[in-house]
Amino acid sequence: MAVRAQFENSNEVGVFARLTNSYAIVAVGASENFYSVFESELQDVIPICHATIAGTRIVGRLTVGNRKGLLVPTTTTDQELQHLRNTLPDAVKIQRIEERLSALGNVICCNDHVAIVHPDLERETEEIIADVLGVEVFRQTVADNVLTGSYMALSNQGGIVHPKTSIRDQDELSSLLQVPLVAGSINRGSPVVGAGMVVNDWLAVTGLDTTATELSVIESVFRLGEMAPGGTGQGPNKESIVESFY
Amino acid sequence: MTGLQEDTVTATILCCNCGAPIDGTTSAGALCQDCLRLNVDVSQGIQREGTLHCCRDCERWLQPPNSWVVANPESKELLAVCLRRLRGLSKVRIIDASFIWTEPHSRRVKVKITIQQEAFQGTIIQQTFEVEYVVASQQCDDCKKSYTHNTWRAAVQVRQKVPHKRTFLYLEQLILKNGAHKDTVNIKEAKDGLDFYFAQRNHAEKMVDFLSSVVPCKTKKSQELISMDIHTSTKSYKFTFSVEIIPICKDDLVALPIKLARQIGNISPLTLCYRVGTSINLLDPTTLQTSDVPTGNYWRNPFKNLADVTELKEFIVMDIDLSGQSSGKFHLAEATVARASDLGSNDITYFTRTHLGGVLHVGDSVLGYHLSGTLFNNDNYEALEASSQYSSILPDVVLVKKHYARKKKPKNRAWRLKRMAREYEADEASGIAQKTRREQNDANRLEEDYETFLRDVEEDPELRNTLDLYKVRKERQAADAMDEDEDNESEDEVPEINMEELLDDFDELNMDGE
Repeated sequence: MAVRAQFENSNEVGVFARLTNSYAIVAVGASENFYSVFESELQDVIPICHATIAGTRIVGRLTVGNRKGLLVPTTTTDQELQHLRNTLPDAVKIQRIEERLSALGNVICCNDHVAIVHPDLERETEEIIADVLGVEVFRQTVADNVLTGSYMALSNQGGIVHPKTSIRDQDELSSLLQVPLVAGSINRGSPVVGAGMVVNDWLAVTGLDTTATELSVIESVFRLGEMAPGGTGQGPNKESIVESFY
Repeated sequence: MTGLQEDTVTATILCCNCGAPIDGTTSAGALCQDCLRLNVDVSQGIQREGTLHCCRDCERWLQPPNSWVVANPESKELLAVCLRRLRGLSKVRIIDASFIWTEPHSRRVKVKITIQQEAFQGTIIQQTFEVEYVVASQQCDDCKKSYTHNTWRAAVQVRQKVPHKRTFLYLEQLILKNGAHKDTVNIKEAKDGLDFYFAQRNHAEKMVDFLSSVVPCKTKKSQELISMDIHTSTKSYKFTFSVEIIPICKDDLVALPIKLARQIGNISPLTLCYRVGTSINLLDPTTLQTSDVPTGNYWRNPFKNLADVTELKEFIVMDIDLSGQSSGKFHLAEATVARASDLGSNDITYFTRTHLGGVLHVGDSVLGYHLSGTLFNNDNYEALEASSQYSSILPDVVLVKKHYARKKKPKNRAWRLKRMAREYEADEASGIAQKTRREQNDANRLEEDYETFLRDVEEDPELRNTLDLYKVRKERQAADAMDEDEDNESEDEVPEINMEELLDDFDELNMDGE
């Protein structure tokens, strides 16, 4: 299922939230509208954590995570880290990374199996990503952009990349990720798909400006209609997803 | 995905607006071309309507803020005016602009403009649109001035109380050369001088400064209150500068007050004025002693000239003997001269000392003042006659300059001077009535003065240096050359001006191409 939301008049949903298969992190806003969108979809399914990172609200850009773990930048305070540990499930490993490129959400894009990272990322970081998130790490660019996290949105079902990505690049990335990829835009033509939406295996939240065409592309590539928790659920990975709910 | 080849356009994304499959690598902002055209308006910030101001009388167009340009309908000048009126046009690139024909009486001007602008990164959009201008009429400043009296704020009245106009003819040339008349609103000829009118006081002050730097004069400023706002105590005045030029000209005979003569270097009081700069320069022809009277000194006790160039008489040099003393271009000589009119009737000759030893030869004709036969009716001269020191050394004749025999009718000169356009105050008053005899006389005298001035220019290279002389146009000269040949031999002595000294006149170049 795909829903449209807005964070305090901003369409860049992916900036203010981080959604994975086992938890969601939502920035603390002036009103609870944005949080309510997540709550209405995810309540009693996965924990939703109200958090700040380094005192800021751009939690989606500063953190990266999947079902197994969460990486936060070195600027995260101890208190914030403690809050995250308290809220997220115990199975989720949380790790603070000393990385010069501290906006981890911009430089890393991952699902539960693979991560596409910025080519200049430190080797230690790469190892930590592999350990904590339990993924295979590839250094790649998306349509000649190094900010893979910004220009790519990824789930276990599929992925959407920058609209200017050529078919050859899409094929290459797709063979690395082992999921279908499609080029597309979000928020009425914006190419920053990673920052414009958050997605997990059964839910996508996009900016309010996203057109019906864009939304239909998103629903089809992430296979959201069939994979919804209350939906028909005819996908091949249905069992594994049901497992991950509990 | 059948039938798609590598080099044909491959659809990779769907247009975010309409869902049409398009090639994402080349599309702008994930929009198909049709949606792009519908959604993006690069001419958004540009006005579609404007106002042009046109002066009804001179049909010039206002170029804001305050210049008026001449432009024909549908000319490129008018297009420039139109495009400059549009706000926001500077941010885009103009590809093309053209007029769409409109009926002139509709007072509308339509312009079709094609612009280009980068809409998204790497995407340039070209768009064509029309702008409609309403032609409003507004009187331009020049026309306003021509319809209004009393547009001047300041006036400079230049006066010299002498019976001829040579100083003003010279002044006119100086003003033309230095462009000092640029700011004038109007120039009028008045009795004994000229009036210059200005829109601003500082323009008038500039003119006064210019005048005091070229001629010996004194200035008096007066102001007249036009209006006053008692609330803000802002006042508007009309300023009038009265500039009076010392009434002594070159070649005038001057009898100085004895006291003044003693002050300025104990010069002999009977002197010739040989140059007028910012002060008057005097020469004692019997000793070659020179001295100058500064303007301030003159106005403290003004004196009149004894005789001016109109009273010059022609003499013939019978005998001349250089005494060897010289200063500058002056060479002292002792000459015996006779009146040209006396030749053949009597044998009266006069002995005199002169500064013209360098140019005079026996038999030459020379102009001079005949003192012994003249009653001057001048206090200073009477004081000289009465004084024991000077009465004995008063000469009979003072020679001034060599006389060149010329035709009465001015011959065709290869050079000419520019004239200033001016208004005659008298013309307005007399209307279209036929010229009275007095007016005729005035006109004749003015012509005479101008001829004298031109001769002075020919004879005096020092004077010439301060002026701009222009070449007379070729074809006119050629036409005159024929009748010139007949009587050439009689006046080969007359000084001529080198062609190198003359300037080309670009204002009046013939553009006929014939």
